[in-house]
Amino acid sequence: MQKAIPKTPLIEFRSVTKTYGTGAATVHALAGVDLVIERGEFVAIMGPSGSGKSTTMNVIGCLDVPSTGQYLFQGVDTGTLSRNQRTRLRRHFLGFVFQGFNLLARTTAVENVELPLIYRGLAPVERRKLAIKALERVGLGGRIDHGSSELSGGQQQRVAIARAIVTSPRVLLADEPTGNLDTKTSREIMDLIVSLNRDQGITVVMVTHEADIAAYARRVIRFVDGRIDSDTVNREAA
Amino acid sequence: MFFETLKLAVQAIRRNALRSVLTVLGIVIGVGAVIAMVTIGNGTTAKVTADLAKLGTNLLSVNPGQFGPGRASSEAKPFNYRDVEAMKQQLLGARAVAPLAQKTATVIYGTENRSTTVIGTSNDYFLTQDWDLSAGRTFLDGEMRGGRAVCIIGETVRSKLFGREAPVGRSLRVGSVACEVIGVLQAKGQSSFGSDQDDVVIMPIRTLHRRLAGNTNISRIFVSAKNGGETAKVQRDIEWLLRERRKIAPGKEDDFSVHDMKQILQATAGTTAMLTGLLGAVAAVSLLVGGIGIMNIMLVSVTERTREIGIRLAIGALESQVLMQFLIEAVALSVFGGILGVILGLSLALLATMALGVPFIVSTGIVLVAFAFAALVGVVFGYFPARRAARLDPIEALRHE
Ligand SMILES: Nc1ncnc2c1ncn2[C@@H]1O[C@H](COP(=O)(O)OP(=O)(O)OP(=O)(O)O)[C@@H](O)[C@H]1O
Ligand SMILES: [Mg+2]
Repeated sequence: MQKAIPKTPLIEFRSVTKTYGTGAATVHALAGVDLVIERGEFVAIMGPSGSGKSTTMNVIGCLDVPSTGQYLFQGVDTGTLSRNQRTRLRRHFLGFVFQGFNLLARTTAVENVELPLIYRGLAPVERRKLAIKALERVGLGGRIDHGSSELSGGQQQRVAIARAIVTSPRVLLADEPTGNLDTKTSREIMDLIVSLNRDQGITVVMVTHEADIAAYARRVIRFVDGRIDSDTVNREAA
Repeated sequence: MFFETLKLAVQAIRRNALRSVLTVLGIVIGVGAVIAMVTIGNGTTAKVTADLAKLGTNLLSVNPGQFGPGRASSEAKPFNYRDVEAMKQQLLGARAVAPLAQKTATVIYGTENRSTTVIGTSNDYFLTQDWDLSAGRTFLDGEMRGGRAVCIIGETVRSKLFGREAPVGRSLRVGSVACEVIGVLQAKGQSSFGSDQDDVVIMPIRTLHRRLAGNTNISRIFVSAKNGGETAKVQRDIEWLLRERRKIAPGKEDDFSVHDMKQILQATAGTTAMLTGLLGAVAAVSLLVGGIGIMNIMLVSVTERTREIGIRLAIGALESQVLMQFLIEAVALSVFGGILGVILGLSLALLATMALGVPFIVSTGIVLVAFAFAALVGVVFGYFPARRAARLDPIEALRHE
């Protein structure tokens, strides 16, 4: 049944392009992408190296703006926002899990998780409480005071996920979250992401190279040369 | 937010303790130098000013010859006893007229000896110098007229030669003359020009002339004006009197000079104050150099921490928050340097004032100014690196190795 009044999608690309460089050196990282992602979806983005996956993630995450076309987040054209406004949008609605963890060095797990809350201006006590809750959520409740260098790769990735979800974002953006992990740890991390999507309703957009990781997602988008090559629903995913 | 950032800054400084200290060395030296210079200068000025106040009676110094460039004072003929007598009788505004003849001699008592200044003069000398005895008596008229071998010694001579012994009544050897010590002068300390005024032996001027000098030259005459008397008038009278006595034709220049000691000291005080300002200014320049050191290390720090900055920006730090973080770090560094500088400067000043024998006067004003200036240097030189950090593109920064 179609609804009479179409709801504004969470994420909408309208013929987005992104070009780098000028003249002969111009690279079309994105060459006209139309894309809609609704609330609660779990999307995997795949494609060969250099096909524009990370660029797409950066645009969705408001770290970058399209060269032409529009990116609407909850109906708001992000191209019209200032750098500070985009930062605030990121702060309130988006959580990032970067390729290669990107935790702060010489900083404990809980301090890493507290970081986004500091910039939101939360009081120390409340911050600590939320950070510990997030760490418990990713199964690291017993390791809050460990420095990031004392943690295994899988544990570091959990801290990164805890940092991404501590602000209760609408969207979790994960660029190759299992890229540096072994199969068993990858599976644990994916189970965690799946449960965040299922139990907390967080929309997940994830880049991956591996088919078995993409199999966790309900929708798989394949990029080739800066365009969407295929967009399929994965019925087997939970 | 501010305290978070401050905590972060202090952490960053502590993490690189050695580097932080080296970074702020410029600030430490700058602040230290400013404070040391100004404190020493203030002490010296205070000393000169105190000396000035001690010259309660208006003191004139009469010297043969003219001071100044191209004028040889040694050619002018010295004064004689009759000049002094004439001044005593004719200068109505004068309270005391003290002739002076000076010689350096070795003084010996027992096994102790030292080289000291021997002054031949009269009791008026103690009046002009406002100098009292701590023991014994001044010269008797008979001793003055007869040129008897008696002397009054300064505190330094007393302590070095006599130690715990009471000197009055003892016989002291001054050059080849055996001299009875009849009095001891109170300690006076260093002169404004840095010499020890207590390292002195004083005897009747005739005694010095006959037994040590072998001439009757008077190299200087001190005249002090009466209380409330007009120094300028006395000065004019001296000039008139001496021109007549020394038979200087009208229109010819004086072959002697009369100086108001107060003016000389005032000039010295002025010079000291000016020098203080000048040295302080030079020291302030080193503060600027220190600022450049801070800017340099902050730029290195921004480059080193590009990835961290990328994470912060991506995670929701506003440009202004990153700017603040680095600015506060720079200011914390320079304030840290400022604290070390204040400690260094005051310690140096304490040592120097003790060595110079001038009072140690801490001016809170200059400490605050130097400190504030250090913080300002942190803001000014920290701003550029901080802005660079804040303006980083998060994507680029995250890619940075
Ligand atoms: N800052 C940049 N300057 C110039 N070219 C860029 C820049 N960022 C990306 N590109 C180019 O844009 C294209 C898409 O890059 P992107 O990072 O999106 O690829 P990707 O699909 O994430 O690849 P990978 O799987 O290797 O991570 C590539 O050709 C890349 O070289
Ligand atoms: Mg990529």
